[in-house]
Amino acid sequence: MTNQNTISRESDLSGGEYKWGFVTDIETDLAPKGLNEDIVRLISAKKEEPAWLLDWRLRAYKHWSELEQGQGEPQWAMIDYPGVDFQDIYYYAAPKGTSEAPKSLDEVDPEMLDTFEKLGIPLQERAALAGVAVDAVFDSVSVATTMEKQLSELGIIFCSFSEAVKNYPDLVQKYLGSVVPHSDNFYAALNSAVFSDGSFAYIPPGVKCPIELMTYFRINTEGSGQFERTLIVADKGSYVSYLEGCTAPFRKTSQLHAAVVELVALDDAEIKYSTIQNWFPGTKDGEGGVYNFVTKRGRADKNSKISWTQVETGSAITWKYPSVILRGDNSVGEFFSVALANNHQQADTGTKMIHIGKNTKSTIVSKGISAGQGNNTYRGQVQIMPGAENAVNHTQCDSLLVGDKCGAHTVPYIEVRNPTARLEHEASTSKVSDDQLFYLMARGLSEEEAHHMIITGWSRDVIKELPFEFALEASQLLKVSLEGAVG
Amino acid sequence: MTLVTSPDAVDKFSSAYEKFTVEKATSPNWVKKLREQAWSTFSEIGIPTKRRGNELWKYTNLQPLTALDFYAGHSGSVTTARIKNSAPWDDDWHTLVVVDGKFSSELSRINDIDGLQLISLNEAIETETDDLKSLLATLAGKEEYAFSALNTAFLDDGAYVSVAEGVKIEQPIHVVHVTSESVESRAVYPRLLVDARAGSSIVLIETHLNIATTSQFSAPVVEIFQGESSSLRHYRVQMENEISFHLGTTRVSQQSDTDFTSTSFAVGAQIARNDIHSLLDAPGASCTLHGLYMTNGVQHQDQEISTTHAKPGGTSDQFYKGILSGKSQAVFSGKVIVMRDAQKSDASQKDLNLLLSRGAEVDAKPSLEIYADDITASHGATAGHVDRDTLFYLQSRGVDEESAKAILVRGFAEEMLNEFEPTALYDFVERVTDERIPVLLSESDTIGTA
Repeated sequence: MTNQNTISRESDLSGGEYKWGFVTDIETDLAPKGLNEDIVRLISAKKEEPAWLLDWRLRAYKHWSELEQGQGEPQWAMIDYPGVDFQDIYYYAAPKGTSEAPKSLDEVDPEMLDTFEKLGIPLQERAALAGVAVDAVFDSVSVATTMEKQLSELGIIFCSFSEAVKNYPDLVQKYLGSVVPHSDNFYAALNSAVFSDGSFAYIPPGVKCPIELMTYFRINTEGSGQFERTLIVADKGSYVSYLEGCTAPFRKTSQLHAAVVELVALDDAEIKYSTIQNWFPGTKDGEGGVYNFVTKRGRADKNSKISWTQVETGSAITWKYPSVILRGDNSVGEFFSVALANNHQQADTGTKMIHIGKNTKSTIVSKGISAGQGNNTYRGQVQIMPGAENAVNHTQCDSLLVGDKCGAHTVPYIEVRNPTARLEHEASTSKVSDDQLFYLMARGLSEEEAHHMIITGWSRDVIKELPFEFALEASQLLKVSLEGAVG
Repeated sequence: MTLVTSPDAVDKFSSAYEKFTVEKATSPNWVKKLREQAWSTFSEIGIPTKRRGNELWKYTNLQPLTALDFYAGHSGSVTTARIKNSAPWDDDWHTLVVVDGKFSSELSRINDIDGLQLISLNEAIETETDDLKSLLATLAGKEEYAFSALNTAFLDDGAYVSVAEGVKIEQPIHVVHVTSESVESRAVYPRLLVDARAGSSIVLIETHLNIATTSQFSAPVVEIFQGESSSLRHYRVQMENEISFHLGTTRVSQQSDTDFTSTSFAVGAQIARNDIHSLLDAPGASCTLHGLYMTNGVQHQDQEISTTHAKPGGTSDQFYKGILSGKSQAVFSGKVIVMRDAQKSDASQKDLNLLLSRGAEVDAKPSLEIYADDITASHGATAGHVDRDTLFYLQSRGVDEESAKAILVRGFAEEMLNEFEPTALYDFVERVTDERIPVLLSESDTIGTA
């Protein structure tokens, strides 16, 4: 059943491209490839899950198989890919030796810590210095959670999803699937059936989480899929800022990532969720890369606020629409996004803001950059339900084209069913202005530097929403990802 | 895309189609072939349903249409007085009247002008085979679109407008499509073909008038071919009765340096769709698609507006305004495609809506699909009620609430009304708007947006 899988490091990485493409040489515990009911049972058994969770997974699996035999994968997005062979994927890959979760950082495989070192994650002491609590998810298993003790003094729970299932089953059972039901969509159903780990956070009533919580995701094993599940519950009047970062090694075969993130903001609570997605985008010729099919949604109760900020530079395919259900009166939803598609990358991303409660407010700022032969689509939906008195939405989505072989598309859906609502949508598409480029180059900047400066400035409305350390990284990422796109 | 064939919906038309082919056994072979191809397209796709994945019909449900039976054919009598009463009219215009899809030479008023040919489509088919053959149903008929296919399958008569090279016609050409009175519900397939040669210039008014008191179904198709440097000012007035169905298709092909400017005025029908697509097929073409729609009661208006920039240096502008009341619904689905070769294109797209009541719904989908980099494209959409502060301002000057609202709604429409330049046409749309606003406000149940 288990399979020793050691992979040698790719040596033909050329500099200046994907810098996170290293492979960690560690032993991996793999379930056989393919998906069937037994695999679902196996995952559940490996994680020693309670019966209700296994039932839930099986229901999700049943729904997913019906969808797969019916219409199959969703086809509406503007992405073109050969399709996914769902039977050619490892649905469970855990670093070997961690079938029992490490009790402390000392128990963590040093080579893995080294991986995170390369990724620049402030684990260990650096974590405390940076004021970041990290839950690192390696393939599908959570390997280390830092600063758990400090957080627990405030009553904050921040742990891996599997631990949460063991230690806080009531909370998990209450909220799991409450925002993204197992039947939500094809990939959410798949995730619900086979998710192996992820992060769980609970902030008790009235508590402002003093540090930023962070999860770092990494796909290591070749041919494996990553299906993590994140659940964040901010109880009444609490606040939390949560960061998520992702990378994957350089591989010529494509890897599937189908995550689900559920946010629950109870009355007066606020959740700020920031993502830097830097999954391997594939080679310059469009080989390999991560297929990123992600469902992210938050539920906002009375007077609460949910804010999504994302910088998407990675993945061969991005299919992702972080959404907010504004069901409580006076709740606020925000979406700030920079998505970059270079070389052969394809991104179809945006948001959904569903206004149900009175005086609900949403803001959408989306910046799409297309370069090389990349295709970038903003797809967003703003829905004002009949009861959403005085709802307000403002949407701005801008696209920038770098090069004449890329594409930039904008597909907003605006549905208004209440006459007191006020809704504004504006969008623009253009290339980097020749005048601006000329001006900067006349001052001695190279064409590439000038492009980078203009693009960073253009994305500023979104980047400034990121926590400080992330903002710096995001700006660097944009620079690296755009290399070779100019000139 | 998966379109679902509902065999019932196809069956509704198949006996009429069989009867029609027997009647038209003597038509020229190439016309028969067009009909056959179109029928086979229609029988494959059928009447579209709202089903998931059917993006083009996401917000428009044709169930009420499929629930009815429609007979093909034409019957009732129509008089000039009756048309004058309910459609824009000017004795100086060149007027072509098409009743239930059949050209009426008695009702038409055609002035003899060199270089301008205004005849029935049947006459054009009989006499002008080569020119017509290269145009008819090349823009609308072969595409995978249910209603242009259906119209082409029943292709019979209609109007034909041909303007010779360099000819500029001052007086508007008015094509009135009338659906006559009938006790039965009928399906009518009006068709208009416009061949505007290089350097020509015309003003074309297209009115869709329904004088029946029963539920009718009209699926008009308009094909417009514009030669180099020609200019065409187009107006479309849709005045169906409020229990009828109007599913119109307009296809425009523009050669280099052409100008196509269109303003539509749509107030009628229970379910109406104005599906217009313009192809900027050569460099330097300019296309303007504007319109005003007003809905109340349970009306449904769908504006399916698209422009394709295929060649460089084109300009396009889509701008629609809607006023909704009662439990009505309006859809604006705008699309601009800028293809790889179409550098230096400039595209803008806008849809502004005034929502006057609870129960009314607007769905806007202004989308851009851009594959060229040296372009500028922008779009915008808004929805809201009249502004409460402005309303308050007017009331504080002694204007009562109802009148103040009427002023604001009228002000919102004004910009579009002003685009209707021919005096008789402006007077008509203004009169209809002024009659309609009190009806819209009587179904309004909210004060305004804060």
